Amino acid sequence: MSKRALIALAVVLAIACVLPFVVSNYRTFQLTLALIYSIALLGLNMLTGYNGQISLGHGAFYAIGAYCAAILMDKYGVPYWATIPVAGAVCLLAGFLFGLPALRLEGLYLALATFALGVSLPQLLKYHHIEKWTGGVQGIVIAKPDPPFGLPLNQDQWLYFFVLAVVLVMFALGWNLLRGRIGRAMVAVRDNHISAEAMGVNNAMVKSLTFGVSAMYTGVAGALGAIAVQFVAPDSFNIFLSITFLVGVVVGGLASIPGAIFGGLFIQFVPNIADEISKAAPWAIFGIFLIGFMYLMPMGVAGAIRLGLARMARRAQNSRPGPGAT
Amino acid sequence: MKRISIPIAALLAAALAAPAALAQKKYDPGATDTEIKIGNIMPYSGPASAYGTIGRAVVAYIKKVNDEGGVNGRKINFISVDDGYSPPKTVEMARRLVEQDQVLVLWGPLGTPPNSAIQKYMNMKKVPQLHVYTGATKWNDPKEFPWTMGWQPSYQAESRIYAAHLLKTKPNAKVAILYQNDDYGKDYLKGFHDGLGDKAASMIVKEVSYETSDPTVDSQVAQLQASGADVFFNITTPKFAAQAIRKAYDLGWKPVQYLNSVSGSIGAVLTPAGLDKSAGIISTQYLKDPKDPAWQDDKGMNEWRAFMKKYYPEGDLNDVFNVSGYGAAQTLIQVLKQCGDNLTHENVMKQAANLKNLEINVLLPGIKINTSPTDFAPIESEQLAKFDGKEWVRFGEILGQ
Repeated sequence: MSKRALIALAVVLAIACVLPFVVSNYRTFQLTLALIYSIALLGLNMLTGYNGQISLGHGAFYAIGAYCAAILMDKYGVPYWATIPVAGAVCLLAGFLFGLPALRLEGLYLALATFALGVSLPQLLKYHHIEKWTGGVQGIVIAKPDPPFGLPLNQDQWLYFFVLAVVLVMFALGWNLLRGRIGRAMVAVRDNHISAEAMGVNNAMVKSLTFGVSAMYTGVAGALGAIAVQFVAPDSFNIFLSITFLVGVVVGGLASIPGAIFGGLFIQFVPNIADEISKAAPWAIFGIFLIGFMYLMPMGVAGAIRLGLARMARRAQNSRPGPGAT
Repeated sequence: MKRISIPIAALLAAALAAPAALAQKKYDPGATDTEIKIGNIMPYSGPASAYGTIGRAVVAYIKKVNDEGGVNGRKINFISVDDGYSPPKTVEMARRLVEQDQVLVLWGPLGTPPNSAIQKYMNMKKVPQLHVYTGATKWNDPKEFPWTMGWQPSYQAESRIYAAHLLKTKPNAKVAILYQNDDYGKDYLKGFHDGLGDKAASMIVKEVSYETSDPTVDSQVAQLQASGADVFFNITTPKFAAQAIRKAYDLGWKPVQYLNSVSGSIGAVLTPAGLDKSAGIISTQYLKDPKDPAWQDDKGMNEWRAFMKKYYPEGDLNDVFNVSGYGAAQTLIQVLKQCGDNLTHENVMKQAANLKNLEINVLLPGIKINTSPTDFAPIESEQLAKFDGKEWVRFGEILGQ
């Protein structure tokens, strides 16, 4: 990381830490949700942005993570923080196993297979033999965590910082993973799987693992989402959630780590803005926003910022007086 | 001296009276001298967006109330937001309305899962979650959830009506029941068992459930027929109701059929099932059906039609949802009227639990709204209706409490 990037990161973090003290609890709650979405989006971005596979079913992994957390808290009295790694592990396994057969499918066919997963999961959650755990259509209501050690924070602020901490850990892990050997292998498989194979990359393994890790990120986000919303029900995780995730990844910026944050903010706040503008056709307004974003920032928000910074740097270089100037 | 003392006395009197008058006016966030803020959550988008018209009818009715001067001199600021029938979104919207907009009441949020998601929060915040739009029985629980109240008849209340009718007309019946395997189906089932009392065990010969994921209920209906029952209680949502009615007819099974009012729609259920195959089915109603010729010249329904033309001209005049939104909104206005100048969260709940023989012009004649601190179920009575092959024909008295 360059010095400038480190400074930028520090500034962003400082702002993120101050925010919950200057905005209302409700806004803090919304920001918490945006952060949670950004974890899910980072997971999907690994799969779609870095590895070039489209998933229309990540809402299912989000749901599995959410139900893991809710069932553990509700039925077994597990503390909320302990449910996060469990949800991640369960989704890692679920994603890896789903990935093994599904990854024989390429491109659009994989998209359809994951779509099937996303569509069917809400119905499976209603299945009556598992109702004593899932609560059926009624769902599960869970309690909101109180701040520990007598910290002078309210529940919303505490949850925000808790989620922020998880975001930092997950993003640091993701950054490490994507910068390293595995990350390069993922990109190589995306760009040209034959030459990747020639270089000794095990295509199927990389793809399945990517799918598993991607599902793990989404599952962690799902568990945090359940804790923040204090309620899970099959209706919370319809196919639209999966599509929203894909929208967030593309708008934020494919194959970009900060892009996940922009995507999270987009899918959290833009539908609300659209609803404010028009009650009659909120989705039409949302569509206009979406088309506008895609037209003005074809590489996503992160891509646009990168381009803007590059242009500024170039201009700064040009305006520097040349050696011949007197 | 005497001349001065009079104004002084008047001043004194005024000074003494002023705090008294101020003391009468009590406001919680969301109420002022000129405005009452009410929040509302509706599925304007998403899988249940057909219900969105209820919200639009309510918004139109509030506009009418404001045009006519508001409630006790205060205009109503009605903030209706969309949750797309998605519980996490409902939580977000409820928090927005309570914390950001600071509404006095969250009124009429729609759907069982969305309301379940916010019930705990609303009761923790002690902001009324009033007249929720769902038939689940659990909203009538003043002890556990004193800030939550329903409006429409509960599924259990409706089921008890069928049980009472059955006991009266066919006390030795053998009953077969088909129900959807979720809280809604089980709610109906429980009401029916309660209604039959000790006779439930001997009268009910077969109970079969189905999942919403099942493609058809054909095999279930065949099982019910094989039980030799002569009464069929059909607790299903529209698609499955149509299948069950058709299958029973095709199998040559001719029981007395009770159909839950959830699937009472002629267009969505009985027409696809076959109108001739549906003849004789018994269900219940509590609202005046806009398609029922009996209400052609009814005063209440004429008022509703005039309202629709003026304030909600794009709304469907055949849609009973628009009738229901109009009726529910009137109940809200009555509660606010009763609150007077004491517009606190607490007093709103107190007045909502203090409705006595309230008549709403679009409810069937004879149905009155009654609530008390231990009874949080506003509408509890309904009338039976039989399908004659063309339309529902109401018969008998208003039943229920």
